[in-house]
Amino acid sequence: MTEYNFAYLDEQTKRMIRRAILKGLAIPGYQVPFASREMPMPYGWGTGGVQVSAAVLTPSDTFKVIDQGADDTTNAVSIRTFFQRTAGVATTTATSDATVIQTRHRIPEEPLHEGQILVYQVPIPEPLRFLEPRESETRKMHSLEEYGLMHVKLYEDIIRHGHIATSYAYPVKVEGRYVMDPSPIPKFDNPKLRDMAAIQLFGAGREQRIYALPPYTQVVSLDFEDHPFEASKADHPCGMCGATDSYLDELIIDDIGGRMFVCSDTDYCEVRQAAGHKGKDAA
Amino acid sequence: MQANTLSGGFADPATQSAYAFRSVMEAMARPGTIQDIEGAAPPAPLSPAMGAVLLTLCDTETPVYLAGDMDCEAARAWLAFHTGAPFVGPAHCMFAVGTWDALTPLAVYPIGTSEYPDRSATLIVACSELAAGTTLTGPGIKDQATLSLPEVEAFQANRTLFPLGLDFIFTCGERLAALPRSTEVSRSSSEAIAQAGAS
Ligand SMILES: [Zn+2]
Repeated sequence: MTEYNFAYLDEQTKRMIRRAILKGLAIPGYQVPFASREMPMPYGWGTGGVQVSAAVLTPSDTFKVIDQGADDTTNAVSIRTFFQRTAGVATTTATSDATVIQTRHRIPEEPLHEGQILVYQVPIPEPLRFLEPRESETRKMHSLEEYGLMHVKLYEDIIRHGHIATSYAYPVKVEGRYVMDPSPIPKFDNPKLRDMAAIQLFGAGREQRIYALPPYTQVVSLDFEDHPFEASKADHPCGMCGATDSYLDELIIDDIGGRMFVCSDTDYCEVRQAAGHKGKDAA
Repeated sequence: MQANTLSGGFADPATQSAYAFRSVMEAMARPGTIQDIEGAAPPAPLSPAMGAVLLTLCDTETPVYLAGDMDCEAARAWLAFHTGAPFVGPAHCMFAVGTWDALTPLAVYPIGTSEYPDRSATLIVACSELAAGTTLTGPGIKDQATLSLPEVEAFQANRTLFPLGLDFIFTCGERLAALPRSTEVSRSSSEAIAQAGAS
């Protein structure tokens, strides 16, 4: 006897989650309710993503976990170790070698390919939540495609700031139908949601929702004709690998205000450095 | 109880259903692709692929409708023993199992509600072949895909119900393909040309 069932969850729970995933794939962007289970980690640690990963992993998978782009945070290491122990999966930090990638708040820079699955940890799945706290009302708004308020909120941003200030969890419309929260990824990542070759699954544990994007799905960031969506990032090259096309974190490097910009996707940065690319701050 | 009622389930349910689910998920995520699915040996008229899908997705919480010849003692006993799924009529099912002729017409199945479009039936269809055929476009499909479908009009009508509608899993031997409600179905160009030539 093993201490846990394969991938920790019992079979009945996995069946329930698997049924929700299939309906999510059939109705891209729609939030499927599911009965979330207690997991041996606190909610903030991505129990929604963990439950989705538990339902899709097989013993043949190679599993990668990133937390804001990094493989080595406590959160990422803990989830990776959890499935190494309970599902016997191989693990990796290399984006290209992974078959299942669980992520918190980033999409890898390297384009994903067919055969890969990207599992997002989602804190608040409802994009209309800050406009309307009642679940019964937001459900009605989705059913009637009543998304006008969402545009009003974004337009208020423009009036107040001169541009759309929302820079994370920037709402998208899926296949011209459902408005969806892409999880708190930077809006720099939004264009990668569209036409991705990999399957994208979203799990919200506390809020008990699963949603999905099949490969090659049309995903459009909400915007206005006079204020088109812009996938912005810090206007610097990476200090370590010199990349100009990656999302950057700003690091304070000394106590006199010295700063450095470095790729948030650590695997992307390391692969580039190993290939000989050098940024201005590299040793 | 017959001996084959007790046999033919997954020998290692946790890992075999994990592999089987990935086949179903890949099929549903990439309409038109044909996936292998193994591990189940149900009594006829259930096929191995049908058996594996049912073992992977069904339990006491999923009412199942057995259509036509599928509604037989062997299938009922096997499903009851291995999944515990309750048997119901088409109007209340979460999964329906049968040949296309036995499953149609489709108007009787739950298609979900505008607030809960996921509360809709999935039809598991026994097919004599799975091959290229009708042209498919939509989510999950790069440019276009093709799949042999039992007909065209029913799937076109189902698409117009989106986001409501039915989802389909086509099974044949140890293989399966799927067609979610989001897929646009058109006649293949070769068929269209043949029809134009005939008229
Ligand atoms: Zn870098």
